[in-house]
Amino acid sequence: MEQYLTQPLSLQTFIIFFASAVALLLLVLGFVTYAIYFERKVIGWMQARIGPNRVGPLGLLQTVADVLKLLLKEDTIPKKADKPLFLIAPIIAFVPSFAVLAVIPFTDKLHFADLGVGLLYYLAISSISTIGVLVGGWASNNKYALIGGMRSAAQMISYEIPLVMSVIGVILITGSLNLIDIVERQREIGMWFIIPQFLGFIIFLIASISELNRTPFDLPEAESELVAGYHVEYSGFRFAFYMLAEYVYVFAMSALTTVLFLGGWLPPFEFLSFIPGIVWFILKFSAVVFFLFWVRATMPRIRVDQLMSLGWKVLLPLALVNIFITAVVKEFIA
Amino acid sequence: MPLYTNNYVLVTIFLFLGILLPVAALTFGRFLRPNNLYPEKQTTYESGVEPTGESWIQFNVKYYIYALLFVIFDVETIFLYPWAVAYDKLGLFALIEMLIFIVLLIIGLIYAWKKKVLEWK
Repeated sequence: MEQYLTQPLSLQTFIIFFASAVALLLLVLGFVTYAIYFERKVIGWMQARIGPNRVGPLGLLQTVADVLKLLLKEDTIPKKADKPLFLIAPIIAFVPSFAVLAVIPFTDKLHFADLGVGLLYYLAISSISTIGVLVGGWASNNKYALIGGMRSAAQMISYEIPLVMSVIGVILITGSLNLIDIVERQREIGMWFIIPQFLGFIIFLIASISELNRTPFDLPEAESELVAGYHVEYSGFRFAFYMLAEYVYVFAMSALTTVLFLGGWLPPFEFLSFIPGIVWFILKFSAVVFFLFWVRATMPRIRVDQLMSLGWKVLLPLALVNIFITAVVKEFIA
Repeated sequence: MPLYTNNYVLVTIFLFLGILLPVAALTFGRFLRPNNLYPEKQTTYESGVEPTGESWIQFNVKYYIYALLFVIFDVETIFLYPWAVAYDKLGLFALIEMLIFIVLLIIGLIYAWKKKVLEWK
């Protein structure tokens, strides 16, 4: 990728860019298909069930069958809904989830856009998805959807602040927003940022689970009280795009956690560096994804008042303390 | 050193593909899915009973107060990012400067806390 990024833009390089982006899109769709399968399997095992095992060998085609079924479902739009907004909302929610992947580096050679403001781009673009959720909840003209959409917006903006602040410690140590520089810096100082930035890592992890709207923070779609939250009225493929956006964010957020705190493609010990970087990246990435599934199987959903006070009264002050400690340590010790 | 424009061409391709996939999938689906609408199917869902009243109502003001708080702290983050990137060059002066800025915002947060804005009822 590096060699094509340095060449002046021609039709050939453009086609290569386009083809590689399509390849990543297909890879991500494959990831989503099997992430859903493994999520159901893993949670099944954790709860002493079997999980999907009927469609295809070991149930491997279960998600494929689900997607095909959704494709054949009728696209019902309620009469009272705001039709243009209703139609566009799932697309607003999905587009940023894929666009953020442009800046994620997988290894030092295998990466897409090498933006100087990579991290800022990720955080800025990913917050647009909130609008998709809010618009979907509002346009449905349904009480459950509206409450779900409003809650989701309140939750996402409350946790976005600890999320963006927890990575400032990483930026302070690196002095760059470029995600490749951030990993290279971890090589230079000889340890992953999870060690010097442990507090930041914990805040980032909690806030990212909340940003992903996953259990224990899945209040926007609390099925026991809000039916399904903001996507009650959605059916067929429009519903599928909300789900797809959620799982593409699982991919993006796990990859970002790996890059920021777990050393990206760096091996844990120097003598293991004969193993290619991409293998390390996939291992760490899978561990983060598994952690998300594990949390979902373990934790009950928390109440909305607990959710808000955790975000504003615990995580936000802690994130500020983390920035302060990092800056002072950097000033006086390093 | 990668070319500046190439990176943004890539970003644009990603945005374009992100729009193309849902549009293409929904258009393709139009040929496959049934289209048999009748009034009952088009009513708004409300646990099976006839929906009553409007959903587009004035909403609880709490949400807007959170939105205001969000704007304040989000703007703070916008200032913190360039500060963090340039910290090596700025030194002690910038540290104290930023400390004053953060303390001012913390006072605001404590005020909101004491006013019980952060309680969810």
